[in-house]
Amino acid sequence: MSNKEKLPETTAMLADILKSYPPKVARKRSKSMVVNDPETIPEIQANVRTIPGIITQRGCCYAGCKGVVLGPTRDIVNITHGPIGCGFYSWLTRRNQTRPDADGENYMPYCFSTDMQDDNIVFGGEKKLKLAIQEAYDLFHPKAIAVFSTCPVGLIGDDVHAAAKEMKEKFGDCNVFAFSCEGYKGVSQSAGHHIANNQIFKHVIGRNSKKVKGKFKINMLGEYNIGGDAFELERILEKCGITLVSTFSGNSTITKFEQAHMADLNTVMCHRSINYVADMLEKKYGIPWIKVNFIGAEASAKSLRKIAQYFDDEELKNKVEEVIAEEMAEVTAVAAAVKPRTEGKLAMMFVGGSRAHHYQELFSEIGMKTIAAGYEFAHRDDYEGRRVIPNIQVDADSRNIEELHIEADAKEYLARKTPEELAKLEKEGFTFHDYEGMMAEMAKGTLVIDDISHHEMEKLIEAYKPAVFCAGIKEKYCVQKMGVPLKQLHSYDYSGPYAGFQGAINFYKEIDRMAGSKVWSLIRPPWQNSPELFAEMADA
Amino acid sequence: MIKSACDEDCRATVRLKIPDASDVAALTNPCKLCAPLGACVAFKGVEGCIPLIHGSQGCATYIRRYLISHFREPVDIASSCFVESATVFGGANLFNTGLDNLISQYRPKMVGICTNCLSETIGEDLRRMLQDYRIEHKKEVLPALVAASTPSYTGTHADGFHIAVRSMLAELSLPGLEKVKGRVNLLPGFVSPGDLDHLKEVITAFGLDPMVLPDYSETLDGGFQEEYSKLPEGGTPVERIKRAPEAEATIQFGRALAREEGERLGGGVWLERSCGVNCYRLGMPIGLRESDEFFHTLSMLSGKPVPARYKSERSRLLDSYVDGHKYLFGKRAVVYGDEDMVIGLASFLAEIGVNPVLCASGGISTHFADSVHAVTRNLGNTFDEPVTAINDVDFDRIFARAEKLKPDLIIGSSKGYKLARDLDIPLIRCGFPIHDRIGAQRILHLGYRGTTALFDIITNALMQVKQDRSPLGYKYI
Ligand code: SF4
Ligand code: SF4
Repeated sequence: MSNKEKLPETTAMLADILKSYPPKVARKRSKSMVVNDPETIPEIQANVRTIPGIITQRGCCYAGCKGVVLGPTRDIVNITHGPIGCGFYSWLTRRNQTRPDADGENYMPYCFSTDMQDDNIVFGGEKKLKLAIQEAYDLFHPKAIAVFSTCPVGLIGDDVHAAAKEMKEKFGDCNVFAFSCEGYKGVSQSAGHHIANNQIFKHVIGRNSKKVKGKFKINMLGEYNIGGDAFELERILEKCGITLVSTFSGNSTITKFEQAHMADLNTVMCHRSINYVADMLEKKYGIPWIKVNFIGAEASAKSLRKIAQYFDDEELKNKVEEVIAEEMAEVTAVAAAVKPRTEGKLAMMFVGGSRAHHYQELFSEIGMKTIAAGYEFAHRDDYEGRRVIPNIQVDADSRNIEELHIEADAKEYLARKTPEELAKLEKEGFTFHDYEGMMAEMAKGTLVIDDISHHEMEKLIEAYKPAVFCAGIKEKYCVQKMGVPLKQLHSYDYSGPYAGFQGAINFYKEIDRMAGSKVWSLIRPPWQNSPELFAEMADA
Repeated sequence: MIKSACDEDCRATVRLKIPDASDVAALTNPCKLCAPLGACVAFKGVEGCIPLIHGSQGCATYIRRYLISHFREPVDIASSCFVESATVFGGANLFNTGLDNLISQYRPKMVGICTNCLSETIGEDLRRMLQDYRIEHKKEVLPALVAASTPSYTGTHADGFHIAVRSMLAELSLPGLEKVKGRVNLLPGFVSPGDLDHLKEVITAFGLDPMVLPDYSETLDGGFQEEYSKLPEGGTPVERIKRAPEAEATIQFGRALAREEGERLGGGVWLERSCGVNCYRLGMPIGLRESDEFFHTLSMLSGKPVPARYKSERSRLLDSYVDGHKYLFGKRAVVYGDEDMVIGLASFLAEIGVNPVLCASGGISTHFADSVHAVTRNLGNTFDEPVTAINDVDFDRIFARAEKLKPDLIIGSSKGYKLARDLDIPLIRCGFPIHDRIGAQRILHLGYRGTTALFDIITNALMQVKQDRSPLGYKYI
């Protein structure tokens, strides 16, 4: 639908949505729904408990820990400690891809669960867990085994960490560690990211200080290789001559995690899920971090330039420009072909902790406008920028999640830049830890809604009839029943990649196909246009 | 030790050395899902019903995700969203708020409530909480509220499904109703929406008036509507469930269901014992013989002959058995999934000369192996290779056996894709979950018509293998 038609004014729209809630719910929800102004960014409420009975798209802490952060690593055997469902549901559902090395080690197609039974709940499940760890070890002799606690485990008091420690000592050649990521912790999967980051930092990073070859060494944090995104980024970086030491955690291995401290720069894609690791790597090893975004061709180019600027090497800068020019030729051609059909159309996206921000870039490259957006599990800083971090109130739900106290490593800490180099970069306008959040980049008057509910989504769609709505599979069929195509941004509708330059091309074509689909024009049968006939038939 | 107990004369029982789930601590690639999922599917088959999982929100999200990718329909499931403090103080407050919000937003006719492992572990008493809720809201007209206790550490999704069906009957049935002529209850188990449609059509054709529980033929396979409604149309009206004791009989599918008092007792047996409604316990009507039993039962109950339409469906099915015979005879299949479906498929396969060499399930019914053997024997034909029936196993164990068996085809959910790919044989998708093909909601397996459809799919898959692998490249086979 083109936006030439009169669209409802956003402030009135919000009032209208809130009207249908009981007063208490309305009061609570109103703080999570704002009309944007990039100049004076309004405060938004985020990362607060979901209201019971309001259907949420959020998952649990376990999902964030096991499913999101650790899921994409191929050579860690992941054991879910709990009853069967939690493990089953997180079995390969996120569609992260991986490319096993010659050794073929890849446990991602497997789902291991202790499948707790009645007596384990009553008498404890530690014994069974240890047996399961032993079995996994005997079966595969993996480098690492990770244990994930689900809700009942925390309650019956199994000490998963002690069990992991005991088994690790017993094996000697296999790193075993556990995560207390019971689903009820925190308010969404976000708590699970934090717990995952902490344990990976404690138990894995820094265990292997073997020199990594390469002149420009970086880590990519918060890239999960959905639909092969990481492969595209690996391709681009390699072409530029940049060495990727480790990715957290798309297409990753435990060995790469162990070597992460050998990189000289951390680039952060999904700020929400992994900024903790970036901070800790800087404190302990002196590796600075910058925010990048490889979703969108222009954004990718910008990110590459920023990496080159950091290393301050003429050869690299030139190489990067060369790669950009080469890649952009095809990108611009496809964008130009698609644009006449997509220009001016509206998009909405409610997803994730960074995607709802990043994907706006891709849409704007083909002339589409994002009229409303929001995250599912992000925090205020992901909306308003990192400057608000000191003012974020930590509530009871987040307080219980451990904050690691990190100090500079006596042996391995190394400042990557001299004060002079830093001063030079600063003069050039280079910024570190620079996440400005989603709202700074959204137009004035657009809507920003956190943890959108079903009801709110329906209202928005009814009012704005966007050309494409982006969310996940849980929303897909409901939105499509409202006559609007839904693009899944969790699983990419089983296609992709969408990152980098080739990814941008894929995305343009896909959106063009969706927004131009003819199926919506077939909704009305002919008899609906001849009501007399219809009435007669009904009477007969 | 293999759990399948079987009488001595049954030459089909084999004991293999591969460990089964009962011997090992970890399940690798489970062949079962969790109880609240089954309960939610059952609740979705009631008109205007919305399911609520009492516990932490992750389960509701995961379960929705799975159901939605199978049915390709919106599936709303609410949660009382437990947070850490609820694990200490209980979740009664969250439960009340959740119910309030759900009722005010959806205006449902029923809320189907089930527990997750967390609320079960802390010992939440749903019935008491519901009682308190009703007292507190006694001035309002509340929707029907039904609670089912579904800890996954005591059963699978299939168990959750049956528990929910029984809970609905137990909590809603009205006492002291007179029998009404022509009324029957049908408890079909976890079948496809397409199957439900067909079953209703068949029963009605006998002049009977069925109460199907659950009936998600429309709610989980809805058409496109110009006005989106939060709660999809269709489903069995609560009023009809209340009147279940009026029926002259109940037909309950599922040979794996318990026969004695206990958790897994089907709703039909409950109705028989508590309200005196005769229960006919049949197998899933897949294949000729099991369908015959179903049609025969309907004929008996209605006092009418089998309608001509179905007689001709039966004879067409027979005809196709004859036509396809040469492509099928002597083939060997691995079948896995929900116990009742596997039993039905085994019975059908045995009829068409395909040996179901391995019948497996993640379920834990004590009647599984007996039933598989019962339906695959007594055909006069003897396979020279035994039929192995095992339950309480995961895919790892199923695959390990399957690889040794070198079957010609596999029948089961999408989760067998890896096996099919490794063995380079066809996977015929049946059961739940199917997320790598479209149309899972429409797959028709039941009755003569459903069997014919399934028969074609299986035969064609094998014909294609023959064609593709032939050095001659048959154009005409
Ligand atoms: S906790 Fe229980 S109910 Fe929830 S997903 Fe896990 S197994 Fe299913
Ligand atoms: S039981 Fe807990 S950990 Fe498992 S899916 Fe549910 S909320 Fe998540």
